[in-house]
Amino acid sequence: MPRINSPTELEELRKSILSKRDPDRPCIAICAGTSCLALGNDRVIGAFEEEIKKQSLEAKVDIRATGCHGFCEKGPNIVIYPEEICYMEVIPEGVSDIISQTVLGKKVIDRLIYTDPNTGEKAAHQSEIPFYKNQMRHLIGNNTKVDPKSIDDYLALGGYSALSKSLFEMTPEQVLEEIKKANLRGRGGGGFPTGLKWETARNAPGEKKYVIVNAHEGEPGAFMDRALFTGNPHSVLEGLIIGAYAIGSHQGFIYTRHDTPQLRNNIVVALTQAEGYGLLGENILGSGFNFNVEVHLDIGIFVSGESSALMRSIEGKTPEPRPKYIRTAVSGIWEKPSNLNNVETWANVPQIINNGSEWYTSIGTERSKGTKLISLSGNICNTGVVEVPMGTSLREIVYDIGGGIPNGKKLKAIHFGGPLGGSIPASLLDTPLDFDELAKLGAPMGAGGMLVMDEDTNMVDVARFFLNFLTDESCGKCVPCREGIRQMLKILTNITQGKGREGDVALLEELAEVAGNASLCALGRTSSNPLLSTLYYFRDEYEGIKENG
Amino acid sequence: MGEILLQIDGREVKVEEGMTILEAAQSTGINIPTLCYHEKLEPYGACRICTVEVETGGRTNLVAACLYPVQENLVVMTRSEKVDKIRKMLLELMIAHAPEAGALQELAQEYGANKDRFEKEPSFCILCGLCVRYCAEVKKKNAVGFVDRGGRREVIFIPEIAAKECWNCKECFPLCPTEALQAGYLLTEALAFPSGNR
Repeated sequence: MPRINSPTELEELRKSILSKRDPDRPCIAICAGTSCLALGNDRVIGAFEEEIKKQSLEAKVDIRATGCHGFCEKGPNIVIYPEEICYMEVIPEGVSDIISQTVLGKKVIDRLIYTDPNTGEKAAHQSEIPFYKNQMRHLIGNNTKVDPKSIDDYLALGGYSALSKSLFEMTPEQVLEEIKKANLRGRGGGGFPTGLKWETARNAPGEKKYVIVNAHEGEPGAFMDRALFTGNPHSVLEGLIIGAYAIGSHQGFIYTRHDTPQLRNNIVVALTQAEGYGLLGENILGSGFNFNVEVHLDIGIFVSGESSALMRSIEGKTPEPRPKYIRTAVSGIWEKPSNLNNVETWANVPQIINNGSEWYTSIGTERSKGTKLISLSGNICNTGVVEVPMGTSLREIVYDIGGGIPNGKKLKAIHFGGPLGGSIPASLLDTPLDFDELAKLGAPMGAGGMLVMDEDTNMVDVARFFLNFLTDESCGKCVPCREGIRQMLKILTNITQGKGREGDVALLEELAEVAGNASLCALGRTSSNPLLSTLYYFRDEYEGIKENG
Repeated sequence: MGEILLQIDGREVKVEEGMTILEAAQSTGINIPTLCYHEKLEPYGACRICTVEVETGGRTNLVAACLYPVQENLVVMTRSEKVDKIRKMLLELMIAHAPEAGALQELAQEYGANKDRFEKEPSFCILCGLCVRYCAEVKKKNAVGFVDRGGRREVIFIPEIAAKECWNCKECFPLCPTEALQAGYLLTEALAFPSGNR
């Protein structure tokens, strides 16, 4: 791997990669995301390899095992380039037909393309399939175009041009200013302005500073960060290096899960390749800027995604939230300024630098800019990873993209933000996807897990489910969280078993208030969100007047 | 270190910079209840019984006095309707685990906490961590520690270390705000059944 020593050399390398690629050469992009792999896509990949070998097509047809395409419901998914034909629910037995008829014969196989269950209309291309065509896939869209283990694929799409631009055409202050002007807000759940956080870390006293990717994603029902990071690791890494440059950090950490081997592996390969090209390490691109990255693994507990617990975990300690009243951007890992952003936030950075803050702020609502990744699941026809501009109404996500509720059922509620989020009723379906609008309704977006629930759902059970999760996943250190959740869970369990008592609701509210006001960290303080939102919108279910919708 | 002027319960108080609200209050004779605090140990912020109301820049917040650093012009209320309500509930939650603990009973009386509000689940431990932290921070032995998490968190003596260190020490026993006998029991258990087959 030749080391790249200047922006000119980077562009030359890019040209040489592109010159060796024939845009008309067929390429089969096979989803190797978590869901498709679980559906047996490794066998599909194997079948394609075998078939290509059998027909001696190695020199004519490429295979690309990619990250998640998004339409998990219809997996295993493949996309055939250059025509961009999407085939769904592909099985190994169908592979030889795909090669002979579509790849070589240029004919679309009808039974493998998307059929609209309502209209019976067929669609062969991403640009025609409702699930895809109603999205704006700025972040996740490249997943089908890159092999996560190939930095050259990323470079072919213009990768690391934002890093080169930042290092050679902008000062750290200008990069920071651009992110501030873009009004990028943290995608991990808080929606805190990223530029302000960076500025705090940049201005905090001390030479040593750290930047961290929070790739923990422990929220049940959230799977978009791993789809993005596993599928396109360099987009996150490029954002991280740019952020480090803006903040003045020379050491980064990637904190991720011990139980996602594919993601871990892709991260390690990406780091090695970036280092090989001199995009990471000493004197990046010959700019004089040094930056290294280490990977740290969690021990499998939800609270280790909390920023201060995560930082303690990197220090090698038990992942318990730190009780101190000081921001981690000022005093984090080993009490040095530490800037933590989640996977999706970092991935937004390169496109903001490339296209400018004005372009970025043209997407979204007044106070929530850009696109947002959503993990769409629950009682929904099209489960999958979705990316839409902020401001898209929940109705569009559920019906136009999600295809509505299966089995002819009615929509009852939408839950955002997992165990620390809230549920809103179907009557609020025209609410736009927006940090503040959703928070106002008691269903803060969180990281973007969107759980759709049909009319058969018991909302008390929903609240109970999340509290049950939290009682196992809180660290157990402080009383209001540990004991408050324990008691709330007991009461809810009683209610769901028909053993509710007079005064239960008032006691629940009191417990929720104390946990919300007195807990040590954000997990405890927001642990009762699902309870409070369901109490607010579905109170009759708590009071035993079961609605049979 | 400079001096900081703040207000606690309506009184102007001048204290050293870097102090916590709890230390500032104690230095002027104002009492804030604590359970997991010990002057020899790093503040821990687990029992939350020292929660007080503070006002800065026109906003009020509920914070743990053992951890919150004093600031110029900070207004602190060590008792308020909100504070009392929180302390009452916290006591009711803790007393379910340690019904006979003197420290809890005294505070329960002061805050009007109902000892029978929650079903009793006596573990004789409120997980304040005084024993664990004293052993780690002062004795530097780590003979006693927390295991598991969330609702299953508990205190356990590490048999291999405890066998060597604990009989001649037991300095953590009198620190226990609930029941020192429980510590004795746990220690005996750890030594009698070191593999955990109890």
